[in-house]
Amino acid sequence: MTPIIECRGLHKWYSGVHALKDISLSVPSGQVVGLVGDNGAGKSTLIKLLSGVHQQDSGDILIEGKVAKLNSPKDAMRLGIETIYQTSSMVPTMTIARNLFLGREPIRFGIGGIGFLDQARMREESVQAIADVDLHLRSPDALVGELSGGQRQGVAIARAMHFKSKVLVLDEPTNHLSVKETNKVIGFVRGLKAQGVTGIFISHNIQHVFQCCDRIVGMARGEIVFDKPVDATNIDEVIEVL
Amino acid sequence: MKRLLKVYMEKPELAAGMLLILLAIVFQFRSNGFFLSPDNLRGVLGLIPETGMVAIGVTLLMISGEFDLSVGSVFALMPMVAGKLMEGEMAFLPAVLIGLAVAAGIGLLNGLITLRFGIPSFITTLGMLFIARSLTVVISGGFPPLLPDELPTWLFTQFIGPGGLVRVSFLWFVLVAVMASALLSLTNFGNWVKSTGGFLEAAASLGIPVRSVKVSCFVISSLLAGFAGLIQVLRLGSPLPSIGEGLELQAVAAAVIGGTALTGGVGTVLGAIIGALLIRVIDNGLVLSQVDGNWFKFAIGSLTILAVIGNSWLRRTARKIRVEVKA
Ligand SMILES: Nc1ncnc2c1ncn2[C@@H]1O[C@H](COP(=O)(O)OP(=O)(O)OP(=O)(O)O)[C@@H](O)[C@H]1O
Ligand SMILES: [Mg+2]
Repeated sequence: MTPIIECRGLHKWYSGVHALKDISLSVPSGQVVGLVGDNGAGKSTLIKLLSGVHQQDSGDILIEGKVAKLNSPKDAMRLGIETIYQTSSMVPTMTIARNLFLGREPIRFGIGGIGFLDQARMREESVQAIADVDLHLRSPDALVGELSGGQRQGVAIARAMHFKSKVLVLDEPTNHLSVKETNKVIGFVRGLKAQGVTGIFISHNIQHVFQCCDRIVGMARGEIVFDKPVDATNIDEVIEVL
Repeated sequence: MKRLLKVYMEKPELAAGMLLILLAIVFQFRSNGFFLSPDNLRGVLGLIPETGMVAIGVTLLMISGEFDLSVGSVFALMPMVAGKLMEGEMAFLPAVLIGLAVAAGIGLLNGLITLRFGIPSFITTLGMLFIARSLTVVISGGFPPLLPDELPTWLFTQFIGPGGLVRVSFLWFVLVAVMASALLSLTNFGNWVKSTGGFLEAAASLGIPVRSVKVSCFVISSLLAGFAGLIQVLRLGSPLPSIGEGLELQAVAAAVIGGTALTGGVGTVLGAIIGALLIRVIDNGLVLSQVDGNWFKFAIGSLTILAVIGNSWLRRTARKIRVEVKA
């Protein structure tokens, strides 16, 4: 079966810094990969290439077997890759419903891509999307700024699921969260598997990675230095290598 | 009840609206009933379209997370350009369109310079404040151009309505306000504006064209300032190069008083209008109450500071009174 994501010889420089050195990685559909590594290892850089925020200097990214030009986040989203950042990808001053559809608003009538929002549909579908990830929120009209960190990540995941993303990338989604909230997020990630969504989960907490991933990929100084299924390794070995 | 309180607190323009009503009552008494008389209202409502439209544009831009200090100068430059062209025998409509294009061009320049060089728009538009004002004076050549007699001035300045209470410009203002309000709260573009100012990184990572959104807001702000300047000039009858001085700060004050956050992402068109109205009402009311006119700026200054303190307090309190989540 063709892997849903394949990286071939990716290189990325930030002015003088060689952040990614010849990264090759292939992720089969439905697998949840835990990406681990020390600060500055290049994890965020790799997923920024996958989500179209930055572009590689050389090498190819293949999505479902086809070379993909990811020049913007929109390109990646169109191909079904949705990214959730550690800083949360929600606008706190806007409502849940508006955040859920941000950039992909249903339009009733308009010209040139600008038009009137179908607010009833946005409200209805966001209630459904949130319920689908087992998140219970009072109203789609509440401001995201009023939600807890874990709830926000939950809404972000609900958003990805609602738009039928094939790949969900989570860059340290549990940062700054309490134990309880972290467990919630891990629960969401586990839920991905059940729905057949491919996941890339970045975390500094090896335990969390072991709790919800099928495979562990370790990075150091811009290279992949470790790659094993979870069943074939253990926490000590991963810590040793990194 | 709690919910009502929360709604009230989360909509700071309501607080400004209450203040407006309160002041109207106070001034009504202090002026022995003259404040709300048609004669006086005619004066206040005749001026509001001009500052109001500028405030709407500035508010929209502030919501997107940027500033425009050049609106006062564009307010003078646009009618100066149009006036000069009309003095040179150009017809009204093309002259106005060219004037508006110049205004839009300045907004475009403000936006492109700010984003291209990643500098604060506060600086870009502060520079543009001087540049556009200077251009206005240079173009005027020292003498304001003489406007032709047969202009369709009535399209903007004619008194209409019951008792001739408002000018036609008021209808333009209402049209602009309704359109801006709809744009901001009913369209996807409004969503993008709020998200761009609310949390730029999140908006960008969701593929919102944040740069185009900001540039559009710069252009809209500048266009509205130019249009408002035209209306004032048609009302006064002559494009003086000095009109609109200090207007940029009044517009920011109006926006802030109406609940727009300086940090972006939060604000409403209605708030901007109420803010602009408050400023006009205070100006007028102080005069009617026979208070020394020099207290006007004092009052606006205090109100601005109090509004920001009040709004941040309201917002914090509102957040605490969470209408309970069914966990
Ligand atoms: N925008 C940037 N400009 C310049 N250098 C950068 C930029 N982003 C990352 N780097 C550099 O690239 C290298 C890899 O950074 P990256 O953010 O990918 O690491 P990471 O594995 O995500 O680290 P962390 O665990 O701390 O998030 C680091 O040396 C970093 O300093
Ligand atoms: Mg990182």
